[in-house]
Amino acid sequence: MKLALKVNDRDNVATIFAQGIESGTIVEVRDQKGNVECVAVGEAVPYGHKIAVRAIRAGERILKYGEEIGVATKDINKGGYVHVHNLDSMRGRGDLRGEGE
Amino acid sequence: MKFKGFYRADGKVGARNLVGVIPSVICANDVAQAIVGQVQGCVGFFHHQGCCQLPPDLEQVTKTLIGLGCSPNLGAVLVVSIGCEGTDHESLVRTVAATGKPVEIIRIQDLGGASRAIAAGIDLAQKLCIAISGEQREDADISRAIMSIKCGASDTTSGMASNCVIGYVADRLVDAGATVVFGETTEFLGAEHILARRAANREIEKKIYEIVERMEKRAKSLGCDMRKGQPTPGNIEGGLSSIEEKSLGAIAKSGTRPIQGILEYPEMITTQKGLWIKDTPGREPEILTGMAACGAQAMLFSTGRGAPQGFPSMPVIKICGNPETYERMSHDMDLNAGLIINGQKTIEQVGEEALAKLAAVLSGEMTKNETIKYFHSVDIYTLGPVI
Repeated sequence: MKLALKVNDRDNVATIFAQGIESGTIVEVRDQKGNVECVAVGEAVPYGHKIAVRAIRAGERILKYGEEIGVATKDINKGGYVHVHNLDSMRGRGDLRGEGE
Repeated sequence: MKFKGFYRADGKVGARNLVGVIPSVICANDVAQAIVGQVQGCVGFFHHQGCCQLPPDLEQVTKTLIGLGCSPNLGAVLVVSIGCEGTDHESLVRTVAATGKPVEIIRIQDLGGASRAIAAGIDLAQKLCIAISGEQREDADISRAIMSIKCGASDTTSGMASNCVIGYVADRLVDAGATVVFGETTEFLGAEHILARRAANREIEKKIYEIVERMEKRAKSLGCDMRKGQPTPGNIEGGLSSIEEKSLGAIAKSGTRPIQGILEYPEMITTQKGLWIKDTPGREPEILTGMAACGAQAMLFSTGRGAPQGFPSMPVIKICGNPETYERMSHDMDLNAGLIINGQKTIEQVGEEALAKLAAVLSGEMTKNETIKYFHSVDIYTLGPVI
């Protein structure tokens, strides 16, 4: 089984720790206590990258470690790939603007 | 939960019973090293400061050496002075002796040079070693523990496995009435607003922003913007999507409990309990020295790529988040948090193992880096120019 980890109960994303994740791959999302939920991944996602564990609407905060790591710039389906293409930092993004806040 | 430690005259409890050989300045290092090499049970702190620095830095070095000397892990201290150093070695001797532990000093220039100082130092260190070698461990409640935290040589697994394990232990210790200290102010950048929410009061909240700003200003004075280009292209390729995510991954090792206050770099823990921040850089020799100098009896150290080093007077427990690194470097890594990444164990399970490991190490079990003495890199964080 392909593994994804969710470290806080409030999180709406999980991090993939498996190779070869394609559209339709089922991953086992585990929390810190070991509870498991199976989620179908929407597209190819590399090792160490994130998926949504529930639907996230554009403008909604993306939560990891129980805190906001950014805001969704598009609607994201459950199982969808979450990264810089649909997540915007709320603090300034060096890679986009060429400088911090 | 309990551990077995050495009760000191000042009421603190040590996890080790060592003779600390402290050079008051860089130019006393060779004499100190010769003494440490000859006498059982001695550790040396071969730092590179203590002369030709501005007064605030000399004060910082003196205070840090005092903190190292006062550590409950040292049963006795030998100060090695050159004679003309900029640090206040008299105050070092006086303050460490006030804790009630035996303290001796040798002065290289007064004794007639290196060979005579080495001979005199060996005799004194031998006396100190015999004086403390019969001391016995006694039961201590885990609330007497002061644990420090650090991550280094991180990779994708650190923020999701080993840092979360340490965060779990930090919460358990705080709840048990112990003291937990984390640092690496540079790692707060981008998530300081989230960290500041955990401050126990408004004043501490303000101080969190202040120490981050102070660190950034120092970099800016050299023309460098530490926020620029964060997260790096490498971070993005690895899966980090924002500076908040990067910083939160590092901060995860502090757990979730309220922050009770900020310690300056050379400051010691006296009666403080709960979770504290120490304003330190992230580089290993400086943060490990700062943590040992605040009186931490042990450190939990998270790594992914494999950072092997420890510290002379403070056992450093390596928790490795990457299962492949753990296998490859099993003689340097103390605990395999990579089992979380493999799906074989949960954060809570490895967290409980880490807590048990900490209690065992506080009670005398050696860490991997202690057994092979991989702990000689010591340095003190300073701010100004060397003159």
